[in-house]
Amino acid sequence: MKKMLVLLLSLALVVPMVAGCSGSSTTAEDSDVIKIGVFEPLTGANAAGGELEVDGIELANQLRPEVLGKKVELVVADNKSDKAEATTAAARLIEKDKVVAVLGSWGSSLSIAAGDVVKTNEVPAVALSATNPQVTAGNDYYFRVCFLDPFQGTVMANYASKNLNAKKVAIIQEVSNDYSVGLAKFFTDAFVKLTGDPNAIVATGNYNTGDQDFTGILTNIKATNPDVIFAPGNYTESALIIKQARALGITAPFIGGDTWETNEFITVGGADVEGAVMSTFFDDTNPLTEAGKTFVAEYKKAYPDRENIPAVTALGYDGYMMTLDAIERAGSADPKAIRDALAATVDFEGATGMITIDANGDAQKTEAIIKVVKDGKFTYLDSVTVQ
Amino acid sequence: MVVGMTLETFLQQLINGLSIGSLYALIAIGYTMVYGILRLINFAHGDIFMMAAYFTYFGIAVFFLPWYVTFFITIVLTILLGVGIERFAYRPLRDAPKTSLLISAIGVSFLLENLATYLFSGKPQAFPNFPLMTNPINFGSLTVQPVSILIPIVTFFIMIGLLFLINHTKVGMAMRAVSVDYDTAKLMGIKINGVISSTFAIGSGLAAVGAILWCMKYPSVLPLMGVVIGLKCFIAAVIGGIGNVKGAVLGGLILGFSEVLMVAFFPALTGYRDAVAFIILIIILLFLPNGLLGKKQVEKV
Repeated sequence: MKKMLVLLLSLALVVPMVAGCSGSSTTAEDSDVIKIGVFEPLTGANAAGGELEVDGIELANQLRPEVLGKKVELVVADNKSDKAEATTAAARLIEKDKVVAVLGSWGSSLSIAAGDVVKTNEVPAVALSATNPQVTAGNDYYFRVCFLDPFQGTVMANYASKNLNAKKVAIIQEVSNDYSVGLAKFFTDAFVKLTGDPNAIVATGNYNTGDQDFTGILTNIKATNPDVIFAPGNYTESALIIKQARALGITAPFIGGDTWETNEFITVGGADVEGAVMSTFFDDTNPLTEAGKTFVAEYKKAYPDRENIPAVTALGYDGYMMTLDAIERAGSADPKAIRDALAATVDFEGATGMITIDANGDAQKTEAIIKVVKDGKFTYLDSVTVQ
Repeated sequence: MVVGMTLETFLQQLINGLSIGSLYALIAIGYTMVYGILRLINFAHGDIFMMAAYFTYFGIAVFFLPWYVTFFITIVLTILLGVGIERFAYRPLRDAPKTSLLISAIGVSFLLENLATYLFSGKPQAFPNFPLMTNPINFGSLTVQPVSILIPIVTFFIMIGLLFLINHTKVGMAMRAVSVDYDTAKLMGIKINGVISSTFAIGSGLAAVGAILWCMKYPSVLPLMGVVIGLKCFIAAVIGGIGNVKGAVLGGLILGFSEVLMVAFFPALTGYRDAVAFIILIIILLFLPNGLLGKKQVEKV
C-alpha cells in the first residue's frame, strides 16, 4: 500500500515535469512569436534601477510589438541583484525560455556575471546602462547602448576640477561592485592628470553592497578635509552615505555616477542629497533626436503622473528598439544573425542619441549630461562633450 | 597605518562604535534568550527585526500615525509576530529532533523575507525623518546625532531591566529553571509554554526597539535588511557566550567597536569590514568555545 502511494506521488511529480518540457519545446518552435529576454534586478539592492529599465523596454514593446511579421514576447527574469543568481537567470532565459536576444542588466557586475553564458550559448545581449568596459571586452556577444566609465570618470573629474575648483578629493567606493571600483579608478586617473598632483586623492573608503553604517569611513574622510567627495555606487547606499556625512558635519559636495538617478536616491536621502551632482545619459527636457522626442511624448502619455524621465529608462527603450532594428536587418530570428546585425549597427537613431556600434560592441557616444538634485528633483545642469 | 589620527577623530570613531555596538547588542539579546531556553538558534530573528522596521515605516509614512502610537503598535505587532512564529512553527516541533527545529527556523526566515519582498516590493523605502533625533549637535569639533547617544542609553536600561526580570521575578526564575533543565522544570509544574512565549515576546520586543533605533540612524528599509544584521548579532551572541544576556551585550559592543576601529586604524581594509565579525568569531570559538561569559556545558547523554 505504502509502495503504491510512493509510486503515485513520484508519478504525480514526474508527469507535469515531462508535460512541462514538451510544452516549452513546442513554444520554442512556435514560429509566430519572437522571444526577447529581459534580464534585470527586480528584487534586492538594485531593484529600483532594474524596474526603471524594464519601464523603458515595455514602453518600446508597446510601440513596436512586432518584427518580421511576428509578435515580440518579452520574457522577464529577475537576477535578484546577485552575481551568482545573475548567471542562473541568464542561463534560464536562454536555455529554458529560448530567447533570441537578451536585454540588460542594470549594474555592470550583474552583466559581467552573465557574459560567459551569452558567449557560450551564442545568444546576443545588449547592456543598457552597464558602463564598465569589462561588460563587452573580449565578448563578441555583449553589446551596449550607453557610454563607458573611462569617459564618465573623465567627465566627473573635469567637473570636480573645473566647475568645483577642487584640489583634494576623497573617494568612497562599493568594493563588491565592478562598476563602482572601475569608475573610481578612471576618475582618479583623470583627476590626477588634470591637477598634476599625484596625491590629489586624499582618502579612499571602501564598503560592501547592502552596508548601512558608513560612520567609520566618513569619520576618516572628515579628518582629511576634502574639497569634494566622489562616491559612485548603488543609490541606496550612496544616499545613506550622504545623509551620514551631513550628520557628521561634513559639508563637502558629493558627486557620483549614473546609478544615482533613481527616485529612491531622493526619497532615502531627503534634504541631505540636495546639491548632489551626477553624470548621466539623457536629458528629457532636451532630447537630441527625433526618436528622443517620440520617446518623451510616449512616456508622458504612458505615465502622466511622473515628473522626471530617468536616463536608464531611455536606454531600456533604445536597447529594445536597436535589437528589433537588428532583427529586421538580419531578416531572421536566428541569434547568430541578430548578433552580426547588432555588430553592424551604424547611425541607429536612439532616444539617447545616434548609436554606432564599434569593434568592441560599445556604442560610440561622446556626450554626457550632468544633473543636480534640486528641490527634490534631478535637474539638468550641463552637457559635456568629450571627443 | 594611523594616518594623522587626531584625538577628535578617535573619539568620533569611539562614539560610532558605541552606537552601532549597542544596536547589535539589542538584537543579540533576542538570539541569546531564545537559545538559553530552547537551545534553538532562531534564524528568523533578523527577519522579525526587518518586519518591525516595516511596521514602523507603514505607521508613520503610510498611515500618518503619531510616532508614539506607531512605536507602540510596532512593538505590539512584533511581539505578536514573534510569539506567533513560536506557536505555529516551533511549538509543534518541540519534541522533534533539534535539527528539525533549526530547519523550521530557516524556513520561517525565508518565508518572511519573500513575503516582505512580495508585499512591500524589493525597492528600498525611506524611513521617516525624526529631526529631533537625527539633526546633528556639536560638542566642540565632535558632531553627534542625538540618536547615537540615545541608543547606548536605551540598551543599558533594557539590559538592567532584563537582568532584574531574570534574577528577581517569578517569570525570570521559571526561565532560568527551564534553561537549566527543561524536563525537570516541566515536572516541577512550571508552565513551559507560557515561559517560552514570554521569552519570544521579550526577544521580539527588543528586536522592535532595535529596529526603530536602527532605522532612525540608517533610514532605509529593505526586505533583506535583516539577513546580515541578524547574522552579525548572532555572532555577537556567540562571542559573549550564547544564553547569557550580559554576554550578548558585551559581544555586541565588542563587535561594534572592532568594526569601527578597524576602519579607523586600517582604512585600506574597510572593504573587509564584514569579515571582522567572522574572524573574531573564529578566534573566540577556538580559545573559548563557550564564549566570553558562557558557562561550560556538559552534553547530557
